[in-house]
This record gives sequence, structure tokens and C-alpha cells, in this order.
Amino acid sequence: MKVIIVGSGKTLYFLCRNFNAKGYEVVIINRNREECVQMARQLSATVVCGDGSDSAILQDAGATEADALLAITPNDQDNLIICQLASLQFRVPRAVALANDPDNTEIFEKLGVSAFSTTQIVGSLIEQSASLEQITNFLSVGQGRVNVTEILLDAGSPVAGKHLKEIDLPENALVAVVIRDNRPIVPRGGQQLLADDRVVLITLPENHGPVLKVFTGER
Amino acid sequence: MKHNLYIVIVGCGRLGSDLANRLSNVGHSVVVIDRNETTFEDLSPGFSGFRVMGDATQVSILKEAKLKLADVFFATTHEDNVNLMVAQIAQKIFNVPHVLARVFDPKREQVFTKLGVDTICPTSVAAEMFLMAVASRAARGGKQP
Repeated sequence: MKVIIVGSGKTLYFLCRNFNAKGYEVVIINRNREECVQMARQLSATVVCGDGSDSAILQDAGATEADALLAITPNDQDNLIICQLASLQFRVPRAVALANDPDNTEIFEKLGVSAFSTTQIVGSLIEQSASLEQITNFLSVGQGRVNVTEILLDAGSPVAGKHLKEIDLPENALVAVVIRDNRPIVPRGGQQLLADDRVVLITLPENHGPVLKVFTGER
Repeated sequence: MKHNLYIVIVGCGRLGSDLANRLSNVGHSVVVIDRNETTFEDLSPGFSGFRVMGDATQVSILKEAKLKLADVFFATTHEDNVNLMVAQIAQKIFNVPHVLARVFDPKREQVFTKLGVDTICPTSVAAEMFLMAVASRAARGGKQP
């Protein structure tokens, strides 16, 4: 897997280290010569110094063979154009842009570019964990379109003692795993839920709140 | 041109302010957007349009300029990527009928023609005129002895 990352700073540094650990081939594009020298020393990545929205630079970075491209510069306009060039001109199968302005996530998607917003992700993370202390774990997958949540059922939970098939779940939600005494169970309809069970839920952002309510009661 | 058009111009530099002044003088409703307030000083005293201060890559600013109502949209900032981004937003999201973006880099111009964004590249235009001047001089017989 070959990944091109356009950007700078700590996010890029740690992302690159993460990808290296997974065995991906990483190419970094950065405009700042000094930063490029630093990164070339610290990371095992190819570093191309230049403007990522210039097709000649993308060519140098080997965009034609890249499996994915990530544009995480601090400028939304650059991230959009870089991703459009990557998919239009170089047919990179997956090009993802960081939307610094959360409003731009929707705009980018409408213009045909996959986008994510750290503000939105971090914001919702904090909101979810602050509103429900029982939520011990929370992550989002599928570019933030799917939530994986783990909640602890207390004795007052409206579903404690119920069988799964008796629970009225909203559309597009799933009880993926029940963890009881550190033993994971992949449940079927006949599975009974008990207090102190930890339940792993798959939800979508639009039904996340209502689904949690089913398991924790009013809040 | 129709008598009174609603025109939004992003970037109030030399090109943006000149366009704004001229269009306002002939009676069109003009809104200029620039993130730097001092650029508005280039607007002539006769300019009767509106000024919006802010970064046009934020949709909230474009909404403030009432882009939905615009007949014409020009992107004239000094950054190609800003122009290309806001032009696409104007065309595809706010459905502005006439959208034009200034793009300095001729390589970029080609790619974005593919995306359906109309662009004007001052670099290519100037190069064309230089070449024409040389050609007409050569046709006249070149250097006189």
C-alpha cells in the first residue's frame, strides 16, 4: 500500500509513523524546505519538497501508483484542489481531504471529495463521553459515518434482564458484542442482557442518541 | 448585459477592484469580498455596492454575500486554489449561472476546464499577445537596417 500525505506538523509526523508501522510506503509532500529536511531525517518516508496542488509535484511523488492520498494542510482550498487533482488527473483510488472549517466537510463531499473534520470528530467524542459516563469507549469508523460504542449496563438500565429480540432498536443499529465477566459473546436474538454487561453497539450518527437512550434510559 | 445584474466578486486586489468599480459605475449591484479590509480603499468613491470582509473559503461568508441571488460570480484573488474552490462552490452549490475564475498557472487551467469551471489565465493571455507582437513584427520584415 502506497500512501501520499500532503501537509506538515505533528499530525503528519505521527500519521507517517503509524503508517510505517503498518508497513505502508509513505511519500510526504511539503512546501517548506527546512521542514522537509527534518522529516527526511526523522521518518522513513520519501519526502518531496513542493506545492502539492502542482501536478508536476504529484507526478514526482508517484501519484499514478498511489493507493491513497491524504491532504491535511491548514488550508482548505489547497486540500480540496490537491484531492481533485489526485483523483481527476492521477486516478488515485482514495483521496481524502481535511476540512479545517467543519462546514466544508459537506461542501467537499458535494464537490466529489471525501472529507473529514477533526473539530467535528473531537467535538462529538467529548460530547458523547461527557453526557454518558457509562460509555467507556467510543470510536468512529467509515470516515465518521459509523460509531462503535461500548456501554456498561447498570442495574437501572431498561434493557437489563431483557432478551435481545424484545428490545425495540431503531433502524440501522446493532448489538455487536456482549462482554460478560471479560468473556465476549456475539449475541443472537435469544441472548439475555444482564446488569454489569458491557455492550458494544454499532450505530450511525443520526440514530446514535436514540439508540443509547434505549440502553441507558432517559437522560 | 441585462440592465441590473447582481455580481459577486471575491478578491479586491487590482483586478477585483477595477471590475467592481466599472460594473458598479454602469449600474450593476456589486458585492466585493476580501479578507483584508484595507483593499477596499481601492474602490472608487462612486462605488455603490457592498463590501464583505472575510475569508471566502468559509461558506458562511459566501452566504453573507447572498450568493444564492447572484447572476455573475468572479474569483480574482491571488491564490489559484482559492479561486478554483470558491468558483466550484458558486457554480455547483449556489447554482450561479455565470462563474469565472482567474488562474495564473496554465497547467491548472486545463484540469479545471475538465471540471466545468470557466477560467481565465492571465499568463497564457499575456504570452499569446507577446507572441502575436513578435509575429507581426517578423511579418513586417524584422529589424530595419
